[in-house]
Amino acid sequence: MITRFPLRAAGPAERVAGFLAHLRLNGMALGVQDCGLALAALSHVRVDLREARLALKAVCCSSADEFGRFDELFAAYWTNRGRERAGKSAGSERQRSSQVAEQDGMAGSGRAERPDTDGAGEAEQDGVGRLVGSRVRNLMRVDLREVVGTADMAEAEAVAARLARAIRDRRSRRRKAAKRGEQLDLRRVVRGSLATGGEPMRLYHRARPERPTRLVCLLDVSGSMAVYARVFLAFLKGLMTADSQTDAYLFHTRLVRITEALRDKDSLRAVNRMSLLAQGFGGGTRIGGNLSAFNAQYAKRLVSGRSVVLILSDGFDTDPPDVIGAELARLKKRGCRIVWLNPLKGWQGYQPVAGAMAAALPHLDLFAAANTLESLAALEPELGRL
Amino acid sequence: MTGWQGLQSGLAASGYVAADDLAMALHLALMLGRPLLLEGAAGVGKTEIARKLAALKDTRLIRLQCYEGLDASHAIYEWNYQRQLLALRAGEGTEERVFSEAYLLERPLLAAIRQTIAPVLLIDEIDRADEEFEAYLLEILSEYQITIPELGTISAVTRPMVILTSNGTRDLSDALRRRCIYSYVDYPDRATEMAIVRAHRPGIEAVLLGQIVGFVQALRKEDLEKVPGVAEALDFAAALAGLGVNDLTADPVALQAALVTLLKTQGDRAAVPVAVAQRIAGKAA
Repeated sequence: MITRFPLRAAGPAERVAGFLAHLRLNGMALGVQDCGLALAALSHVRVDLREARLALKAVCCSSADEFGRFDELFAAYWTNRGRERAGKSAGSERQRSSQVAEQDGMAGSGRAERPDTDGAGEAEQDGVGRLVGSRVRNLMRVDLREVVGTADMAEAEAVAARLARAIRDRRSRRRKAAKRGEQLDLRRVVRGSLATGGEPMRLYHRARPERPTRLVCLLDVSGSMAVYARVFLAFLKGLMTADSQTDAYLFHTRLVRITEALRDKDSLRAVNRMSLLAQGFGGGTRIGGNLSAFNAQYAKRLVSGRSVVLILSDGFDTDPPDVIGAELARLKKRGCRIVWLNPLKGWQGYQPVAGAMAAALPHLDLFAAANTLESLAALEPELGRL
Repeated sequence: MTGWQGLQSGLAASGYVAADDLAMALHLALMLGRPLLLEGAAGVGKTEIARKLAALKDTRLIRLQCYEGLDASHAIYEWNYQRQLLALRAGEGTEERVFSEAYLLERPLLAAIRQTIAPVLLIDEIDRADEEFEAYLLEILSEYQITIPELGTISAVTRPMVILTSNGTRDLSDALRRRCIYSYVDYPDRATEMAIVRAHRPGIEAVLLGQIVGFVQALRKEDLEKVPGVAEALDFAAALAGLGVNDLTADPVALQAALVTLLKTQGDRAAVPVAVAQRIAGKAA
C-alpha cells in the first residue's frame, strides 16, 4: 500500500520529514522541531496506518481548519488510495494543487499579476493570506492609480489618523502601578512600609492603563458610492497607518479583505494591489449578504468587546432589509460598537428611509455624515465618547 | 491494547466517551509531556475530560478559569497583605519573615507546580484571557518554574498534566498553538452521542434514547444561533425523564416544555415552534 517513496528516502525519519514538508507546502506552519516531535509521537503508538494518522494529526495540527484538512493530506501522501481519489475528484485536486502552485509562484517572480507579500511569513501562511492570493486570479483590473497622490488624499489620511487615535484610546481592565490611581497597590505599600518600621507612610496606587481598541472598517465601493470611494480608500489607509491592529474590507457584491494590501508601505504598490482586489468596483451592493459573510468568516476572530466596526456606506442595498438588521444584531452580540458613516446624511433633508438603512439604525451606536472631510474631522469627539 | 486505547477505555469506564483522535491526542500529550489544547464549540466536553482525567489518574484537578483582565495575582500568587501588615504592626516582622512562605497565597498556577503528585491543570477558556497573559502562560508552560522576586525561583516538583480549552472567542497566538498538542472536539456522531447519553442516564429506554439523540442531532442542522451541545442533550434527556415522556412524538406539550434545555436564546425558541419540533421528532423517531 505504501509505495510512492523515492528510493533515496531511506528511513522513517526521512519519510516523516517528507510528510511534514508536504504539510508545509499545503500551508501548515511547522518548524524543524515539529519533525522531532512527530517522530517521538510515533514511537508511542503501534505501527499501524490508523494510529499513525491519529498521532501525527494531534502533533502537526494547530487549528480547527488544519484539523479538518489533515486526513485528506495524510491519505494523499501515505497511501495510493489518497492519490487515486485525488485524481478522481478533480475539483478538490485542482484547488489544492493550485494553492501550492501559487505559493511557488509567489516565491519566484510574478509581481505584476498578484499582490506582493513582503515575505511576511505569517500573512502568507495563515488561511486569510491564501484566500487573498486565490481570489486574485480572476480579478478584473480596475485602475485606482489616481486615488492617491493629491493633497485631498493626504488630508483624508491625516483626518483618518486623528480619528483612529480618538477611537483607539481605551483603558485596560488590568491594573498597573501608577503615580495616581483609584486603587491602592497593597503589595508595594507593604514593601514600602518595611523601611518605616511597618508604618505605611507612602501609598502606592494602581491604575488602569490604556488599552487600544481594534478598529474594523467595511467600505462600500458599489456604483452609488463611486464618487466617494476614492477618498474613503485614502481615509482607510490613514486609519491603517495609525494603528497596526486595524482591519479593512471592501464590499460590493462580494466581501474582500484589503488589510494586507492597504498596509503596504509603498503606496503605489498598495494601489496596485487594491486595483486587483477591487473586482466589481462600481457595481451593485449586497450589504446584508456581505455582513453575513463577514460575520461568518472574520467576525469571530477579529471582533470582540474591544472592537469598533466602522461601516462606510450609503445604505442602498439590494438584499432584503431584514437581512441587514439580523446580521447587525448578530455582529452587535459580539459586544462591539458599530459606527455607520453615510455620505448622504450630510445632504440637506436626508432621511434614512431606504429600507436597509432604516433596518440598520436601531443597531448603530453612531450614525453620522461623511460627505466632506470636515464632517469626518467633526467625528473625533463623538468617536472618543463611544 | 496500546496506551491510547487503554486511556480511552479507562475514560469510558468513568463515563466519558472520547473520540479516537481526542484519546490519541491526550495520550500523546501525557507521553510527550506537552500541554493539550482543545478547541471546539461550547458543551462538547472539553472541560469534562480534564475532570475525568484527574479522576482516572487519581490526582488533583487544579482549575484556572480565564477572564479578561486576569492577572498574575489571580493566576499565580499573591502576598497576604493583611497578615503582613499585622505582623509588621506586632513588631514581629522583618523583611525576611514577612516575605516568606507563610504569607504567600497560592493561586492555581503556582499550586499546580508544587504538588507532590502531578495534578491535572485545567486552564479553561484561555481565549478569554488577554494576549499578555497568554505570553506569560507560555513561559510557565515551557519552563515549569515561577519566579517570585522576594522568594526566588520556584521550580516544578512534578510536571502537571496541562489541558487548555478555547471556544474561539479570539485567535490564540501561533506560539501557544505550536507548543501544544492540538485536538478539535466536534459534536459527536449519532453512535457516540448515544453512548454518552447512555453512560450518564442509564435508565433511559433504547427507543427513547434513539429518539432523543436523533432529535438533538437533527436540531444541530437547523439554523440556530446557539447550537445545543452534548451537555444540553444530557439535560434534555433528564428533563424528558423527569416529565415522564416515553415517546417524543406522543406529547407535543411536554416536548416543547423540555426544549428549554436545548434552546437558549429567544430567537432560537421562536425558530422552533411546536410544528417544527414535531417534524424533527417525527424524523428522528
